[in-house]
Amino acid sequence: MNKTVQSSAKWSINAACTADTVVALHDVVSTVDGFPVLTGADLTVNRGELILLSGANGAGKTSLLRLLAGLLPVASGRAIVLGHDLASDPHSHRRQVALVAHETFCYDELTVRRNLALHARMAGATTYDIDRVVLLLGLTEVDGVVHARLSTGQRRRCALAVGLLRSVDLLLLDEPHSGLDPEARDSIDRVVTEVRLGGATVIFASHELDRARDLADREVVMAGGAILK
Amino acid sequence: MNEQPPPRLAVQAALVAGKDLEIEWRTRATLSRVLPFAGILVVLFAVALDPDRGILPRVAPGLFWLAVLLCALLAFGRSMDLERGNRAGIGLVLSGADPAAVFLGKAAAVAAELLVLEACVGVAMIAVYDVDVRGVALAVSAMVLATTGIAAAGTLYGAMVTLDRSRDSLLAILLLPVLLPVLLAATKLLGSATSGPSPQDRLWLGLLAVFAALYGGLGTIAFGSLFEEA
Repeated sequence: MNKTVQSSAKWSINAACTADTVVALHDVVSTVDGFPVLTGADLTVNRGELILLSGANGAGKTSLLRLLAGLLPVASGRAIVLGHDLASDPHSHRRQVALVAHETFCYDELTVRRNLALHARMAGATTYDIDRVVLLLGLTEVDGVVHARLSTGQRRRCALAVGLLRSVDLLLLDEPHSGLDPEARDSIDRVVTEVRLGGATVIFASHELDRARDLADREVVMAGGAILK
Repeated sequence: MNEQPPPRLAVQAALVAGKDLEIEWRTRATLSRVLPFAGILVVLFAVALDPDRGILPRVAPGLFWLAVLLCALLAFGRSMDLERGNRAGIGLVLSGADPAAVFLGKAAAVAAELLVLEACVGVAMIAVYDVDVRGVALAVSAMVLATTGIAAAGTLYGAMVTLDRSRDSLLAILLLPVLLPVLLAATKLLGSATSGPSPQDRLWLGLLAVFAALYGGLGTIAFGSLFEEA
């Protein structure tokens, strides 16, 4: 009986993973040091969608983004991202995914350009790609500035630049608007829209709900590590 | 976008090592802490063991490696601090870096820093302890092999304790016992380099090579999961 239920669940999640499905989560549980951070998440995201994750602090938005990036383990349930089963292979999809998190993933001691160059070399991106993101995100003036000396807004843009160095199928953004002035928020929105128009799927968490709802196709509400709607 | 295939493991490791050494060159954060500490140790050993008795040249090899091991603990702490800040190390992995390359690159950078340290401590001991180095080739071989093993084990254990609040003391407690074979073999070899060769030198060199290969291999396999948990 159990076997039937399991295979039926497996069939349904695989059935949900069509070529247009980028994310298919079924009853996903994830734990950190034994503490559950996702408690049965179900979510399907199709190619090209722009999804807003909303919910109170501690709802599980950051954990969900980290799981999708392959940084959190799947304790139970099924998690398919870009055709890869994260339970058995949490790493292979990483080249197709970019995570822009609270942290900038940059070395404080290196300049913006040197940080971008390092990430670009690892990603197989080129100098052209570095110039492109520097221009796109308005980082030209701080190109040669050491990362530690950047303002909060410049850091957010630098983090986004790292994520956009390579072409990805799935862009994950964790509160991209936080700590930014209105002008910087507008520029982030423009970049996200451009990325989406380029064919990528975007999932972003935000507390700036009015602004984020205008941007998103669909809102996914989280609470207590689960997805409510 | 003109994406190219990701670079090979060796190239990635070289990029990580170059990045660590560039940061060290810009900040001098490791050597500015480690070199004064090593200098103080050299002087303290001399004062404690009383240079008048002529004991210092005989015990200099052991003191040399003790000083290097104690200073290495500081270097490993700094090396992992770099990756913890802004979660920069995880960022590299998300950009496509192989965790094994991160391990190899970081170990190579620490090894380079330790070799600079060893050169400085060696010169200081020759001057202060009146040590005569007869077998320079043997001393250099011992230093290169021992440093490779120390750097590999230290980088691996550094990743293991990086989440712990008392990581500096925990690293010392876990790592120093593991490095006992290196301390023993490297001290014997440096003793041979200063007092004359011994038939067992090849065995000690072999032990250092095996230790370096063992921890190099272990780190390449295990570093990724430890690093990503951090």
